[in-house]
Parts: sequence; C-alpha cells; structure tokens
Amino acid sequence: MQFLFRYANPHNFMRLSGAVLPFTAIATALCIGTALYLGFTAPPDYQQGRTVLIMFIHVPAATVAMSIYGVLAVCSLLSLVWRHPLSDTAARAAAPFGALFTALGLFTGSLWGKPMWGTYWVWDARLTSFLLLLFMYLGYMALWNAIEDEVRAARAAAILALVGAVNIPIIHFSVEWWSTLHQGESIVSGTTAPVFLAPLLIMMLGYLLLFVTLWMIRIRTAILERRARNLMQGVS
Amino acid sequence: MNFDMGAYGIYIWPAYGASALGIAVAVVWTVAGWRRAKAKLAALEKK
Repeated sequence: MQFLFRYANPHNFMRLSGAVLPFTAIATALCIGTALYLGFTAPPDYQQGRTVLIMFIHVPAATVAMSIYGVLAVCSLLSLVWRHPLSDTAARAAAPFGALFTALGLFTGSLWGKPMWGTYWVWDARLTSFLLLLFMYLGYMALWNAIEDEVRAARAAAILALVGAVNIPIIHFSVEWWSTLHQGESIVSGTTAPVFLAPLLIMMLGYLLLFVTLWMIRIRTAILERRARNLMQGVS
Repeated sequence: MNFDMGAYGIYIWPAYGASALGIAVAVVWTVAGWRRAKAKLAALEKK
C-alpha cells in the first residue's frame, strides 16, 4: 500500500503520467487501427453475417464500461478508508468515460439486436442491469455536482459508488442466473473463432488504453485546477 | 477491406458512427479541459 501511495502523490503522479501518456496514446491508436483493419477484412459470420462487425465495438465498450466501474469502486474504497485526496479525483475523473462507454455499449447493442433478435430492446436481466449501470454513472456525477462542499461530496459519491458496485456481478452473471435473450459468455469458453476473436480482443485493449489515456489527462487537469484554486485563495 | 454491408448497413454504420463520434467528443473535451486548466494556472502563476 505504501508503494501505491508513493505514486498516488500528486507531484509523483504528474511526473509519472507525463512520461507514460505518449506511449498509451500511440498504443491506443495502433490497437484501434489494427482492430478496425482485422474487423473489416474478417469474413461474415455464418449466423450474424456482416453484423458481426458490431460485436467488435459493442463487446469492448460493454467490457470497458464495467471495468471502469470497478476502478471507480476501488478508488472510492481507498478514499473512504484512507482518505487519500487523489482517490477522489481519480474516481470522479473516471465516471464520464464510464458513462460514455456504457451508452455506446447500449446503443451499439440495440443496433445489433434489431436484425438479430427482431427488436432494439427487451427488458431482460442483462440489458436492464446494464441500463442501471448508466444510471449509476449519471447519478454518481450528479451527486458530485449537487454538493458544494468537496469533502462531503466525495464521501457521499464514494458511498454511492460502493453501493452500486453490487450491480457489476449482477450484470456479469445475469445471463447465467436468469433466462435472457442476451447470449451467454463466448470469449473465455473458447467458442469464438480466432478470426473474430482477434479484432474483438485488440479493440478491447484499444478501448482500455483509450480510457487509461483520457483518465490520466483528466486527473492531471483536476490537479492543475486544484493548484489554480489554491493560488486564487492565496491571492484573495 | 470489405465495406459492403448489404442490407445490414443501416445498423452497422450508425453503430460505428456513434462510437467514432462519442470517442472524438471525449478526446476533444478532455484535451480542451487540460489546455484550459494549464493556461489558467500559467496566468495565475505570472501574477
């Protein structure tokens, strides 16, 4: 934990993230570019036809959306237990990107659902719990903005984030626990053909790196804004 | 690369378009925020 706190120091974070950012940005572009190339050169799926292309952006968006909530929950826990100020900043900075990937997951999923299921939307366990994830992100951001005192806002938002974390295993296991229209897991079980698995996994890595890159920039921005606020308070 | 989507184009292209737009907006918003904060801090430090 001491190791984590040493790098979570704002000064060290600025130094370290400044060095890492160019590499994550380049790796993001390379991964997304490669995944797009592999995706658009892949043959049509025997069941889904060309709509399999939607899977290459839907599955990564949904997976990264859930992973970001995991990041949010861990940062919130660190904030509540150790009161580390950078944990609040990190959690708050992650939320808009989580909301974006959740919205993209829902939108691309519904566009895949229409030709494959015959409907854009059904209130099944997977889709409904995933929609709830979007509301959790929006609620988290709204709570931060609703409370003026930053310490109180951070505490309330962290509690909300931890309560909402119960939804993550529900989303993941919903296709096993309930009878859903949404198909079950097919990556770990090895039922996805390599020609489709490669663009999907590379795009997933690209989305994850995109989040890491943008998240670090948002945290750096928040640190600068805090410094500016402190300077303004010192001047006035 | 094969860009012929046949009858599924009306589902595939909006999915890719929305994803590209969402990502582009996120990148522009993030970088603009960083530049704004950097400029503001620099101006304050000059005073």
